[in-house]
Amino acid sequence: MRITGAEAIIESLRRENVEVVFGYPGGAVLTLYDALHKADFHHILTRHEQGAIHAADGYARATGKVGVCMATSGPGATNLVTGIATAYMDSIPIVAFTGQVAVPLIGRDSFQEADIRGITTPITKHNYLVKKVEDLPRVIKEAFFIARTGRPGPVVIDVAKDVFAATFEYEYPESVNLRGYRPIFEGDQSAIDQAFEAIAEAKKPLIFVGGGVNLANMAREITELADLTGFPVTSSLMGLGTVPADHPQHLGMVGMHGTYAANIATTECDLLIGIGVRFDDRVTGLLADFASKAKVIHFDIDPAEINKNVLSDIRVVGDLRWSLPALLTKAGNRKPGEWRAPIADWGRQVKTWAQDKPLSYEQRTDVIMPQAVIEKVSELTQGEAVIVTDVGQHQMWTAQYYRFKNPRSFLTSGGLGTMGYGLPSAIGAQMGKPDQTVFLFAGDGGIMMNCQEIATAANNNLPIKVIILNNQVLGMVAQWQRMFYEGRLAHTSLKGRTDFVKLAEAMGATGLRVSKPEELEPTLRKAMEIPGPVFIDVIVPSTEDVLPMVPPGARLDQIIMGGE
Amino acid sequence: MKHTLAVLVENRPGVLTHISGLISRRAFNIESIAAGYTEEPDTTRITIVVEADEIELEQVVNQLSKLVDVIKISNLTAGDSIHRELALIKVKASAENRSNVVDIVDIFRAKIVDVNRETMVIELTGEETKIDALCEVLKDYGIIEIVRTGKIALSRGPVPAKEL
Repeated sequence: MRITGAEAIIESLRRENVEVVFGYPGGAVLTLYDALHKADFHHILTRHEQGAIHAADGYARATGKVGVCMATSGPGATNLVTGIATAYMDSIPIVAFTGQVAVPLIGRDSFQEADIRGITTPITKHNYLVKKVEDLPRVIKEAFFIARTGRPGPVVIDVAKDVFAATFEYEYPESVNLRGYRPIFEGDQSAIDQAFEAIAEAKKPLIFVGGGVNLANMAREITELADLTGFPVTSSLMGLGTVPADHPQHLGMVGMHGTYAANIATTECDLLIGIGVRFDDRVTGLLADFASKAKVIHFDIDPAEINKNVLSDIRVVGDLRWSLPALLTKAGNRKPGEWRAPIADWGRQVKTWAQDKPLSYEQRTDVIMPQAVIEKVSELTQGEAVIVTDVGQHQMWTAQYYRFKNPRSFLTSGGLGTMGYGLPSAIGAQMGKPDQTVFLFAGDGGIMMNCQEIATAANNNLPIKVIILNNQVLGMVAQWQRMFYEGRLAHTSLKGRTDFVKLAEAMGATGLRVSKPEELEPTLRKAMEIPGPVFIDVIVPSTEDVLPMVPPGARLDQIIMGGE
Repeated sequence: MKHTLAVLVENRPGVLTHISGLISRRAFNIESIAAGYTEEPDTTRITIVVEADEIELEQVVNQLSKLVDVIKISNLTAGDSIHRELALIKVKASAENRSNVVDIVDIFRAKIVDVNRETMVIELTGEETKIDALCEVLKDYGIIEIVRTGKIALSRGPVPAKEL
């Protein structure tokens, strides 16, 4: 089949079962867009390239499939950078196509030329510059394989403009042959044996789950392990949703804004079973004293995660789809009673911590408390919605107060902490999960970064419900200013004339505003009845802190409590 | 402790940049890095000398191994291996002291590869310490410039690094 490079890309996308791409056209990708048009390929036009890549990211997180986006050369490509770094930090599979100037123009500082391969090298799992049309099928095949296998991640394919128009004899390869990339699936059985022995001997065990469990779709197995052993469970931000929030052993999130029970249990446990986690500094607090009484077992697919931050006593390197079933098989030979008896005291202790110091906040009737908004949405959606957040206080409150029931239902920029991630990601999530309710929580700061995507949501009539927790301040930064900078609020006030209702309406979405507690629920219900995108401007107090909080650099048990 | 790593990579543009970028981003201490073609046209061999303890070394190896273009990493510190570096040294050598320099060159089994009225260029291959020693002795005569390749290493015995 003799076709052009542009047609080859579309044909290859079909072979990879890509249903939708997010993108923005421009000079270097005109030929590609012409081919998309002729092929009637499903393409969502965002209003900024950053919107396109975050949308591909949200699509990937919600569905587990590879998200695909496209942008032109130069500024189009550099606008993807934040989104690529976001996906890289959270191990999200994305294939991003960028146009490059034509081969004879490369290296001459040509119009809209940028070395996107060089720029994205440290933030991609792999990247390519295609200068020969014959290389395209192999490169695309490899890119999808690399993005989705092993520890997933973003791959960039930079394609020179003339390659799109060049014709060649197209054949899509059946398999890839990469000498330097052989993702591990099955690890060492003896590691499972060691892990099992440590687990069987533990008196104060704690299961700690992370984003890897979501990525590997191993939520059911983790819950099974918890059910069988009776071990308490805590989660990183990225691991939320894997074990249901209302599971009796679930202590909630650990770390800087984790629960008292989770942080104290991590400090006191004698065995920490980290599964698909990377021991980020927001989890560990003062690294030297993290889980210092515990033996550490680390389950991960990436050998480079072992001993990167926290030294582990037992490493189980391999795909969780191998290691968890293998561990469960062994663990199943002991009866639940045998598991539970030796840890009974510990179980009671942990439960006491959880009961004595639960998450709490001041209950007020004069203003809407931001935490109450999350709780109300959680109640109305019964923990079943796909929840997307932006970054900041509202993100932490969502992690604390939304009662997640399902894996892949919490989409948030964990590692990079990208403000502006939320709205485009919610668009991608809704495209991937058209039958599910998608809620976005955002702050009045972050929503302005990429608010142009309101137009994308409106034009595609996506029924996303966006809750802007409007405290008229960059809340998290202001919180740190109050706590660590003697209250000097340097450039964090957003008090002004922005009208989010009008902003939504200006781009064709519905805008609602609510400031009285008694109107919150009716407004939320009303929003859920409206078929298209709805932006709800929820006026909340500007000085509320996210608590509990472990100050940066402090030990997890040096936790500042709060609330009532 | 110093470790010598043989890193076999795909012979493609950008790979050396990728590796050196990763090393600097992760704040690893690299003493030298030397790259060149191998017996296989599509493979480049990079010899990296890294100053690291056991844990750091494991991180260096694991992080480098993650790169798609890295085919194989062998630690040549552990086994019996040959380590060499090549240096070119331009030294002042006037008519009066030229014979002294020639004597030193002979003692070190180095070679004189260029001579003019004022200077000589000396070529020496050997272990790092030997090159250091020659440079030290030649200092007295006035070294004008030095270029060194960085260490390369090969294991003894029949087994190549790709099969270690």
